[in-house]
Amino acid sequence: MNLLKLVWLELGQRKSQLFSGILAITLGIGVIVAIRSISLVSEKAVAVNLDNLGANILVLPQGAGVDNYYAADIDAPTFPEEYVERIVTSDLAGVDNLSPKLTRRITINGQKLVLTGILPKNELASKPIWQNSGLFGSTLNAACGKNPSNETLGYKDEKLQRKSIDSLGMADCIIGSNAAARLNIREGEKIIIDSTQLHVAKLLSETGTIDDDRIFAHLHTVQNILGIHDQVSAIEIMGCCNAISDGLLSKLRNILPDTKVTTIGQIVSTQIKTNQLMNQISLIMLIIIVFVGSISIGNYLWANINERKKEIGILRMIGYPKSSIYYILILKATFMGLVGGVVGYLFGVMIAWFLGPYVAGINIVPVPILLLWSILLSILISLMGSLLPAWFAARFEPYSNMQEV
Amino acid sequence: MTKILSVQNLSKKYDHRDGIVCALDDVSLSIEKGSFVSITGPSGSGKTTLLLTLSGLIRPSSGKILFKEKDLSTASDKELAAFRKENVGFVMQNFSLIPYMTAIQNVMIPLGLNGYSSAQKQALSSAVLELVGLENRLSHYPRELSAGQQQRVAIARALVNKPSVVFADEPTGNLDPSLSSEILAFMQKINKELSITILMVTHSPQAANYGSVKINLVDGKIDSQT
Repeated sequence: MNLLKLVWLELGQRKSQLFSGILAITLGIGVIVAIRSISLVSEKAVAVNLDNLGANILVLPQGAGVDNYYAADIDAPTFPEEYVERIVTSDLAGVDNLSPKLTRRITINGQKLVLTGILPKNELASKPIWQNSGLFGSTLNAACGKNPSNETLGYKDEKLQRKSIDSLGMADCIIGSNAAARLNIREGEKIIIDSTQLHVAKLLSETGTIDDDRIFAHLHTVQNILGIHDQVSAIEIMGCCNAISDGLLSKLRNILPDTKVTTIGQIVSTQIKTNQLMNQISLIMLIIIVFVGSISIGNYLWANINERKKEIGILRMIGYPKSSIYYILILKATFMGLVGGVVGYLFGVMIAWFLGPYVAGINIVPVPILLLWSILLSILISLMGSLLPAWFAARFEPYSNMQEV
Repeated sequence: MTKILSVQNLSKKYDHRDGIVCALDDVSLSIEKGSFVSITGPSGSGKTTLLLTLSGLIRPSSGKILFKEKDLSTASDKELAAFRKENVGFVMQNFSLIPYMTAIQNVMIPLGLNGYSSAQKQALSSAVLELVGLENRLSHYPRELSAGQQQRVAIARALVNKPSVVFADEPTGNLDPSLSSEILAFMQKINKELSITILMVTHSPQAANYGSVKINLVDGKIDSQT
């Protein structure tokens, strides 16, 4: 019988007490891990996609939220598709490329996904009224320098990263990596969305954004599926940086009333502020959990040592020194902290995985370093909570187990 | 005979809201190695307090307790714990077994501090449980044992460290007369065969008769010693 075995045997005796003692710390750690996971993955996604996107412009309905670029168009109000025509025919300098979209949440085979209708570039170019506009001419390249997005890339993934696509058949669709996995579908197979059959033309590689959960199809096909005709929820514009500096945004606002015209930079800035807010919330949560967790563990140990007064008295009577009693309780608190940290981390990852797409528009992947922090923080909190009870327990007289003194 | 315990002018006073209570009043005595001492006296006479002070569980208010020339009255908490671990075994009226541990696990508790390997602890504990006749009850929990068997587990735990002295506080207080006789006879046996000194507090004259030395306390003082 060693001290570790003593602790282990005792832990097995009072399982409900142990569970309630660990619960508060687990919940607290879980919430912190969830917030930190979402904000860390979000920050990373912002950084990666900012590089890919360049100086893009997003046209949204007036009532749309802009706190999250990747999810800004999801369930946003709509505005007329005719606005695309207005931009193209306006002869605005610096509009390099544009991509109108309609996005809604859908459920296929019980899987919650995002359906995005996107108008391919070849269709915009084919309309006679737009042929003479500057949009598809060579003047922009001359003004802005060579833009790789103007190259013909077909269904290549990078093109969707840049929020436009060259060509897309009316009965074709392109599926994000996570959506494909959840639907267990491969390239070349068919998918039925609300009784409309679509051919899976391409599966996208993982991007770490909400695009992983998207199904891209032709805008007009999606409008028919959703019954939202001649409406779009966003227009994404590849704008020339110089033109943006020269007031392209305000010119767009003049021709597109009742819309919100913003740059990626502004939206990213809002998202960064959201991330900062989440970090602040996680800091507040951290302070709360340090207090609540410590009190919870302390309270559990306090009740536990009072209940075990006789046992502690027996150990002291037999010859266990005060340091051994300290050690037993500290060992127990460390174990509780370890369990609380690991379970809290797993709980937090689950929360983040479930809520990430809704609150931040991104798919959350576990952040392994947070496991280490969870365990260390949880053990620290447990030890803080155990110090006072351990000190009192060690002061129990060795004859506490005797009936008469 | 060699003296194992020597007490000089031992007093123990407790603070009480009604004033100071003198549980032991200037007690002096010597205990020979290998003796079986029964301490009797009416309730409140100080017999349990004497047992606690002699075993290093509480400190005297004044006086000296010498165990093999070592003064326990001035020893630190750590030294007293080491003294109990190395030299003393306890048998209590309420058995003082840990309920969620089996018989062998309870007996192994004192060995946890002595650096034995797991196999050594197992072997020593099994041997001592065999000595008390419980070789078939190693994995039984206290609730699965009779009162007499529980007390025998407690005796095994007291003996596993090969102590010089066993302190017993009313060891038969929770047992019926036949079981009491059995336990007392066993204690007498280990006293004689293993030469372990036993100090037993009891209020029962029949139990006291098992002792080779009888001390009677009244009002914290030795009334008689035979």
